[in-house]
Amino acid sequence: MSKQRIVVVGNGMVGHKFIDTIIGNDESHYEVITFSEESRLAYDRVQLSYFFSGKTADDLALTDEAYYEENGIKFVLNDKVVDLDFDNRNVITASGRVESYDKLVLATGSYPFVPPIPGNDQEHCHVYRTIDDLEDITESGKSSKVGVVIGGGLLGLEAGNALVNLGVETHIVEFAPRLMAVQLDDGGGALLKRKIEDLGVQVHTEKATTEIVAGTTSRYRMNFADGSHLETDMIIFSAGIRPQDELARKCGIPIGERGGIVIDNHCQTGVKDVYAIGECALWENFIFGLVAPGYQMAKVAAAHMHGDSATEFTGADMSTKLKLLGVDVASIGEVHGSTPGAQSYTYNDEIEQVYKRLIVSADGKKLVGAVLVGDAEAYGTLLQLKLNDMTLPANPSTLILPSSGGEESAGLGVDALPDTAAICSCFDVSKGDIKEAVAAGCCSMGELKASTKAATGCGGCTALAKQVLDSELANLGFEVKKDICEHFAYSRQELADIVRVKKIKTFPALLTECGSGKGCEICKPAVANILASYWNDYVLEDVHVGLQDTNDNYLGNMQKDGTYSVVPRIPGGEITPDGLITIGQIAKEFDLYTKITGGARVDLFGAQLHELPAIWKKLVDAGFETGHAYGKSLRTVKSCVGSTWCRYGVKNSVGFAIDIENRYKGLRSPHKVKFGVSGCTRECAEAQGKDFGLIATDKGWNLFVGGNGGMRPRHGDLFASDLTDEQLRTYVDRIYMFYIRTADRLQRTSVWLENMEGGIEYLREVIIEDSLNIVAELEAEMESNIQNYQCEWKTTIEDPEKLKRFKHYINSDAVDTGLAFKVERDQRFPVKKDPIQIIELTE
Amino acid sequence: MTTQLNNTTWTDICPVKDLTPDAGICALFNEQQVAIFLCQQSNNVYAVANFDPFGEANVLSRGIIGSTQDTTYVASPLYKQRFNLETGECLDSDVHKLKTFDIRIENEQVQLKEAS
Repeated sequence: MSKQRIVVVGNGMVGHKFIDTIIGNDESHYEVITFSEESRLAYDRVQLSYFFSGKTADDLALTDEAYYEENGIKFVLNDKVVDLDFDNRNVITASGRVESYDKLVLATGSYPFVPPIPGNDQEHCHVYRTIDDLEDITESGKSSKVGVVIGGGLLGLEAGNALVNLGVETHIVEFAPRLMAVQLDDGGGALLKRKIEDLGVQVHTEKATTEIVAGTTSRYRMNFADGSHLETDMIIFSAGIRPQDELARKCGIPIGERGGIVIDNHCQTGVKDVYAIGECALWENFIFGLVAPGYQMAKVAAAHMHGDSATEFTGADMSTKLKLLGVDVASIGEVHGSTPGAQSYTYNDEIEQVYKRLIVSADGKKLVGAVLVGDAEAYGTLLQLKLNDMTLPANPSTLILPSSGGEESAGLGVDALPDTAAICSCFDVSKGDIKEAVAAGCCSMGELKASTKAATGCGGCTALAKQVLDSELANLGFEVKKDICEHFAYSRQELADIVRVKKIKTFPALLTECGSGKGCEICKPAVANILASYWNDYVLEDVHVGLQDTNDNYLGNMQKDGTYSVVPRIPGGEITPDGLITIGQIAKEFDLYTKITGGARVDLFGAQLHELPAIWKKLVDAGFETGHAYGKSLRTVKSCVGSTWCRYGVKNSVGFAIDIENRYKGLRSPHKVKFGVSGCTRECAEAQGKDFGLIATDKGWNLFVGGNGGMRPRHGDLFASDLTDEQLRTYVDRIYMFYIRTADRLQRTSVWLENMEGGIEYLREVIIEDSLNIVAELEAEMESNIQNYQCEWKTTIEDPEKLKRFKHYINSDAVDTGLAFKVERDQRFPVKKDPIQIIELTE
Repeated sequence: MTTQLNNTTWTDICPVKDLTPDAGICALFNEQQVAIFLCQQSNNVYAVANFDPFGEANVLSRGIIGSTQDTTYVASPLYKQRFNLETGECLDSDVHKLKTFDIRIENEQVQLKEAS
């Protein structure tokens, strides 16, 4: 059988992709010849800007002559195809060369649009498309002080970056009212402008250039329609692209009204055996100016020539994520509000300069579009939600809100993605492809990149590809490390199980049982916390002292100057006038800065180590207990005033809050725990923002779990309704102990619940239906903890041996002379002392 | 002056039983604050300056002792930078280094001397 002769006009990224695909299909079947009017074979235009940060033309090359020669591909450079003879199936070049074809592929790409402004063809006016263009721009840069880019779209900003790299004063002139008008909304465009201006690039929006004339201070002067002007030494036009359809047009191939070679779903043009792919092709009246759709077209055309008519081009996603002038920018789906009924969530942090907007469908269940500026980390998750038309989580806002310290942000589990989900759109690698690669023995990102090419294009999918890889490895039973630190090859949950089942009471015993080394600042406090959760020992027993985190170590929160805060427990926020007076007198005596906290109690600041016992002695004598403000433990139970006073209250919320606070006080848990108790559904105690939220109704209590305030607010999930007092206590006992058993180190209940497989439903099964057959154990553990409660400060001040540690010096009664204070608003504040005693040994 | 004398001789600080195993204490020595640590596993004692150069407060004796590979360190209770207890070097930054002191246990007494 004779070989099919395929002629490819244009050797850009898409033309090369086509050749690569067709020879991959069956190289012996085809004879391929390609023409380029450029002097180089295909190179990576997406990465073009790296030319300015030192990459050479060779670095950007996607292929080389040796590869083409090896695979029998003929290539003709510097010779443009100028005519097509469909009757004789020939192509004719500028130099007169004639080559015949069986199949013809037009991959002529696009050309930069230069607005018809008088004076636009002068020496230092350029476009930004090819390596040759970039070389010309570099030359101009050498004799220029000021440069202007006309066009504030994606490529325009890239060109702006190029000017910055050339060291010229950079201006961007945009006709529209905002930058990246196609991809961004007003908020995103405004922030991008601000960030770029912070980098020293001047942005001029809503400017229509009318002419370019000779300048006075610079080489040129640009006059704008509004009467203003700008002087510059060089200009780069980047006002969009137009399909390069000149050849097709001349030869009578059907062209769209506004340009572009019309193609069908197989990338066939209106002329038999002639295909068009990439930016020159018009599909359903749409030109795709991105490389990924071009690659898809290349594959479809190659498949069709190979006899596969089932593979079709059916449009492409135009979402993008990139770094422009160092600023992360991403756009997904439809962002200009053309979807009927669409609603949006906006997060706008002017301090950190982050803007995120989610546009969701009218029913709130599907993602319509998204704009991310300043932080595009959510791109991977959002893109998958959009591409796979997945249902959004219950609180879509969590997808764009920042995560708080140490806690993972609410992401989308990669396990939820279907196998067809496209992970890498540059190389069209699906989740299924990655699964296959892992099943075939691929264990690392390096191996994954080599075998699937995933994450080797724009790199935007790297994080997501890694997550899929990890998840697949885990699913296949490979160990993905969750070790707490180098001393224990176990997670926090596993350590808690070991402590509980083997009844281990000390850190050295656990280290001997299953650890190595001496421990560290990660595992020691975590283990101290687990030990306290299960055995509720006095935390300052000698064997536990060295384990305690800074704050537990001296039963106070260490402040920035090394002094401590003193926070007595005020259960439910209820306090007698005498109690308040006592606190006030003690604060006055020790000159402590005094403040009412958000948790309805009083913080006293500035206590020195040696003063703590005396202060606490007075507090304990007056009937106060420690408030455990220093512990990963129950903090406050916030309450409204409830039915005892309030006209609307239906239950005694303060009384119940006091009971709750006394029940769980002192109990150590993976992270701090807060409660809120509201006496009616007006919810004045803001209970839904707490780990446990109790809201009274006329039928009983509604229990909410997993609420949070702070950086990433979350409303708790409704766990159960209309509970009696007794049911409520039982459920909270069980949930609290289950959290202690199963949460990660420093994981709040909100994140714990979000990460729980099966979520609140599963929690109900465990707690209410006892699906794991453990509720009796959980209740017994809680009962034992409650019985073993002690006020740590009371125990401490009664033990002279323990008090020895509350001295600044072991060998002197002197106090720390390194502290200094100032007085403001009639109270004492710390200041840095003259740093005379810093002993610097750095040579 | 006594300081000169102390540069070359050992000074008694406290009985060894006053140290808490695997935790630190602060001692006043030659008008300097010195953080002293007793590591129970190896029975080693260490002495470094008590001043945390990052947090700028006298707190290092209240940090947690840890180890990584064969290095024993104290983690600052303020911002958690780790300092090698043998050399005073910071494991997380080369901007600051702690002064170290010679330390020994003699006749059940903890003794300090300026580093030789």
